[in-house]
Amino acid sequence: MSTTVERTRAPQTDRPPPARPAARRRPFRDAHLDAGFYLIMLASILVMAVPLVWMFLASFKDNGEIYSMPLQWLPDAFAFFNYEQVSSSIPIERMFLNSVGLTIAGAGLKVFLGLCCAYAVVFIDVPFRKAVFVVVLFALLIPGQITIIPNYSLIASLGWLNTYQGILVPGLASAFGTFLFRQHFLSLPISVFEAAQVDGASHWRRLWKFAVPMSVPTIAAVGLISLVNEWNDYLWPMLVTDNTDTMTLPVGLTLLQSLDGMQAWGVLMAATVVVTVPMLLIFLVLQRRLVAGLTAGAVTG
Amino acid sequence: MKRRRLRNLGIFALLAGPNVALLLIFVYRPLLLSFYYSMLQWNMGSSVARFIGFDNYIAWFTDPDTPTVMGTTFLFAVATVGGALVLGLALALLLNRRLWGRGIARTVVFAPYVLSGIAVGMLWLYIFDPRYGLLSTLLGAIGMDSPEWYTSSPWALIMIIIVYLWKHVGYVALIYLAGLQGVPQDLRDAAALDGATKLRTFGSVVLPLLGPVTFFLLITTILSSLQSFDLIKAMTDGGPLGSTTTLMYQIYIEGFQTGRAGYASASATILFIILLVITAVQLKYMEKKVHYS
Repeated sequence: MSTTVERTRAPQTDRPPPARPAARRRPFRDAHLDAGFYLIMLASILVMAVPLVWMFLASFKDNGEIYSMPLQWLPDAFAFFNYEQVSSSIPIERMFLNSVGLTIAGAGLKVFLGLCCAYAVVFIDVPFRKAVFVVVLFALLIPGQITIIPNYSLIASLGWLNTYQGILVPGLASAFGTFLFRQHFLSLPISVFEAAQVDGASHWRRLWKFAVPMSVPTIAAVGLISLVNEWNDYLWPMLVTDNTDTMTLPVGLTLLQSLDGMQAWGVLMAATVVVTVPMLLIFLVLQRRLVAGLTAGAVTG
Repeated sequence: MKRRRLRNLGIFALLAGPNVALLLIFVYRPLLLSFYYSMLQWNMGSSVARFIGFDNYIAWFTDPDTPTVMGTTFLFAVATVGGALVLGLALALLLNRRLWGRGIARTVVFAPYVLSGIAVGMLWLYIFDPRYGLLSTLLGAIGMDSPEWYTSSPWALIMIIIVYLWKHVGYVALIYLAGLQGVPQDLRDAAALDGATKLRTFGSVVLPLLGPVTFFLLITTILSSLQSFDLIKAMTDGGPLGSTTTLMYQIYIEGFQTGRAGYASASATILFIILLVITAVQLKYMEKKVHYS
């Protein structure tokens, strides 16, 4: 398992299959086998997709429809009363904007810090750059759980509870991004950078005019993974915010759950739609890049 | 020459400094502090702390809840890791076949992985609702009663395991799929020429070649299983009667609900040591397989 990290395009999952000799005919038994495989595939698709469809449909059902026996699949009308109920129970617009802002800022800064750090480690000749990279690498191995209590008391003592910087700053350092960017930078043609140096380009200029344009797929992949992680992050934002002005969407969602004793499923499903649809859209549009990033640090034969 | 070295040092500090400083402040410092906190009798938010040496650890090891918590953690890890690997490999093999519509299937299978754990937990709570849920209706259709998923002891944990698998199996399938692409077709063809059955080819050619991928997945899924939090928080909050409280969840409850920050830090340190051992095994194995160029 060599980590060919520089290969950040999508794993060749969608490449057309190699041409097979035409003479190979499928025996009758294989047709049966194929039918079986289609059934299993259909079952998998249903198991994975039905819950999401169910959530979407439920978000438009009123209580009568949700608690009707036997089960009612489609709502009578696609009305938005559950969404209205969500927005009158919690300031969901504010939370949505908080989430969008924090996600973009967090992912953007992570990519920026990672690029700068990786460039320095690869291209600037100082004696301790290996040691700096080791610091980054080992940070990858330290689980977030062990940091929450000390970080919480630090943020609390700074008076940063219920602030954006309190949510944002502790997670900013990029270990994963720096690692991937470094692996990628190592694969870049060194002659380009030497020529730029001869032309008198500064390191800053070399980073932005040469290294970054040659790394777009890696940057996209790291950026996307960071977006997904920041958007879905729950534990830390939940610990540092109890104020709806700074709260993010996933935290607000649990607030809705504990609103009253009985579960108002229609309302809850409307809120889960608001939380999940942005990531589903990003995923559907950019899935190849996202997949590339996920498999890059990991495998490939 | 010397000025140039100094300039290099300056620009290196400017570029790498912020990232490294953040790592030192928010990752390395808390790591060390956590060891220190674990030796304190200290409540979250309180300014009074007393040094008590290893008493928190002794308390943890003698606590009657500890076997339950560790049992739950172990069960959850074995079920989620084993389930994800087996189902993920099966899905990958299926989706690696040239079937019509496999592209859609890949997308659908992987989609839950990018969704918020909290939202996924809520969604499935609704599906598991013992009276009005989709699942109880389906079970009713085949003549079975729905278990009381929310309130009865083994079912709550089983419920979370099912949801965890639903959310994470796509990731495992994806990595396996990437691994399968790396299995050279001519090796399979050669095996077929030698008269090996499909099953035999899979057992003797494909599976061994997937070994490193499996090992990577084993480690990463164990780590993520031991650290999972969102689903438990959304679905059971550790209950009923602590039956879904894993070691990770215990850290949260002790640190932020009971407020025993010293004790929670001891739990965190124990979790860290477990994760460290797993990671060390991985590194030892990986250094033979991976070249950090």
